[in-house]
Amino acid sequence: QDLSLPNGTPVDTSSPASSSSLLNRLQLDDDLDGETRDLFVTVDDPKKHVCTMETYITYRVTTKTTRAEFDLPEYSVRRRYQDFDWLRNKLEESQPTHLIPPLPEKFVVKGVVDRFSEEFVETRRKALDKFLKRITDHPVLSFNEHFNVFLTAKDLNAYKKQGMALLSKVGESVKYVTGGYKLRSRPLEFAAIGEYLETFSLKLGTIDRIAQRIIKEQLEYLVELREYGPVYSTWGGLEVELSEPLEGVSACIGNCCTALEELSEDMTEDFLPVLREYILYSESMKNVLKKRDQVQAEYEAKLEAVALRKEDRQKVPADVEKCQDQVECFNADLKADMERWQNNKRQDFRQLLMGMADKNIQYYEK
Amino acid sequence: MEDCLAKKMEITVSEAEKRTGRNAMNIQETYTAYLIETRAVESQSEGQCAPVDSLWRRYSEFELLRNYLLVTYPHIVVPPLPEKRADFVWHKLSADNMDPDFVERRRIGLENFLLRVASHPVLCQDKIFYSFLTQEGGWKEMVNETGFQLKADSRLKALNATFRVKNPDKRFTELKHYSDELQSVISHLLRVRARVADRLYGVYKVHGNYGRVFSEWSAIEKEMGDGLQSAGHHMDVYAASIDDILEEEEHYADQLKEYLFYAEALRAVCRKHELMQYDLEMAAQDLTSKKQQCEELATGTVRTFSLKGMTSKLFGQESPEQREAKIKVLEEQIQEGEEQLKSKNLEGRDFVKSAWADIERFKEQKNHDLKEALISYAVMQISMCKKGIQVWTNAKECFSKM
Repeated sequence: QDLSLPNGTPVDTSSPASSSSLLNRLQLDDDLDGETRDLFVTVDDPKKHVCTMETYITYRVTTKTTRAEFDLPEYSVRRRYQDFDWLRNKLEESQPTHLIPPLPEKFVVKGVVDRFSEEFVETRRKALDKFLKRITDHPVLSFNEHFNVFLTAKDLNAYKKQGMALLSKVGESVKYVTGGYKLRSRPLEFAAIGEYLETFSLKLGTIDRIAQRIIKEQLEYLVELREYGPVYSTWGGLEVELSEPLEGVSACIGNCCTALEELSEDMTEDFLPVLREYILYSESMKNVLKKRDQVQAEYEAKLEAVALRKEDRQKVPADVEKCQDQVECFNADLKADMERWQNNKRQDFRQLLMGMADKNIQYYEK
Repeated sequence: MEDCLAKKMEITVSEAEKRTGRNAMNIQETYTAYLIETRAVESQSEGQCAPVDSLWRRYSEFELLRNYLLVTYPHIVVPPLPEKRADFVWHKLSADNMDPDFVERRRIGLENFLLRVASHPVLCQDKIFYSFLTQEGGWKEMVNETGFQLKADSRLKALNATFRVKNPDKRFTELKHYSDELQSVISHLLRVRARVADRLYGVYKVHGNYGRVFSEWSAIEKEMGDGLQSAGHHMDVYAASIDDILEEEEHYADQLKEYLFYAEALRAVCRKHELMQYDLEMAAQDLTSKKQQCEELATGTVRTFSLKGMTSKLFGQESPEQREAKIKVLEEQIQEGEEQLKSKNLEGRDFVKSAWADIERFKEQKNHDLKEALISYAVMQISMCKKGIQVWTNAKECFSKM
């Protein structure tokens, strides 16, 4: 039993009871809900850096904590997107059984968008902030060593190079066989999760398309409105008694234009990115599920192999047990993460859709 | 105003019916007939209902009536008819004359036309108008017997022909200019409004897709399912609401259209005045030249060059008897001319006076009507926004329960 949580606490995973106790522990952390939180992370203050080779943006990452794992109570460092990407990869490597939150897209989708435009940078900053906050909230991931370094190191690049040179420790990575083993039977719950994710990301994709279409139609409507208002003004110029009311109508239409513009902007900046984020989340979850399947497959194959060979009893059981442990751990982690994810997602969407409703309400009130 | 017909009689165009019949060229055609109902208003009786008279008329008869009024009352801004063919349509509206919505809007327009004529202090007293409302058979013949078509000045039909008037009345020139501008601005407005309506329709309808997706999504969710499902329902309501909203807006568009056509009627009055002025100037000019001719013959001096003068110089002068005869003819013509000029002047002054009175009346009516139209448009917009607020508030509630 050489499996242990990264924070050093040993975990007994040989019995199902321990999985549920793990679950309980995780849920307990959830209920604390920030009142006794001991780690706060923020991403802000984007700055442009112009160097000979390239131009890029860095963000300030501020940490406040009372945790023993950190030497100081406060840290402030500068990180660029590359660094976040590196962190995510490291987390995936070191915590393969956990769901790692998604990063905003690396490359800009439409070539038209300016990488350095205020809107783009702000959208990205928000997403990066969310990314770190999610990790902070995670009872396991937040204690990850790489995360710690990310938050504290003055020179992250030096650490990165160091990490690459070392061989991966046994406890740090689970080896996967690509496509070697076939899965016998997937536990129902994971199959259900898989199906759910499929449909979920499809529906989100559809909503994304609808929202984009609405924004497009709204903009076209806006174009016509912009021509409509001034005609009333022209008419007002012709009239004597009616000129005031006509000007009034023209002004109101102008207000409508402004309000509509704001609505479309808000939708683009707040609503769409969250949709995309969850689509990315679904993708990474699907990957985790695949990994889980493979681990289970390996386990089953090894079990079979043991059943066939009647000698070698000492060696294999350890191997098999290890696999079994991994699978169980995997399952437990996944389930725990799923629970938390569902909750978070529900809240996120609630906020999101309410926000959309709110914005529309505001628009109409104007 | 107390004598106006509208006060004495209730007039409605209550129904429209599709008919088939043979037209003047004996070809079978389909047309729509409208039922005009009239009822005398008893001023002092309560609870006593006078009997309703009714007859059917088709659009072409309305046109005939209006043409008659235009010719007979050239100084009046004659109320316009609703459009002959559907114009300024946006994609959902049909441009078909037989379309029930179009027919319905036309019915309202025709009723409006009759009410306008009936409440006009001058027009309401016209006998032909009265028989249009009350006499089913033989009305067409009656109209044609008035011979109004002969009175119609064909020159007025050439819309853009210019008459060079030496002393134009500034007020009329300005008014004509105004009516041109008004026509142009209203038709621009109507065109853009149609495009705006089209786009707005698109925005609302796409939201209907949300309804479907939310429904599908809710099927796979546990806690979020109900919230999503009911929110989806609200999205459907939202998408459907645009139909009623835009239908109401059509009424506003119709009100604007009426004044678009009114602008044309206004312009017609100005043109008539222009024409009268032109005739007057021509007559005056003619008179002056005749007088001059007369003088020349009498005194023997040739002041102006004329071919006759030259030929008589070259080929010998005329005899005194011939000259006397000519002078006499001219003097008669001059007398006639002077009388004609006098009556034309009088006509002109009367025209200007009565036209201007009607124009003032029209201006007031226009300001009043358009103000009301704008107010009702604003009210429509507010109501649309209120509905929007309600739908999104409901949706928000659904979301908050997720």
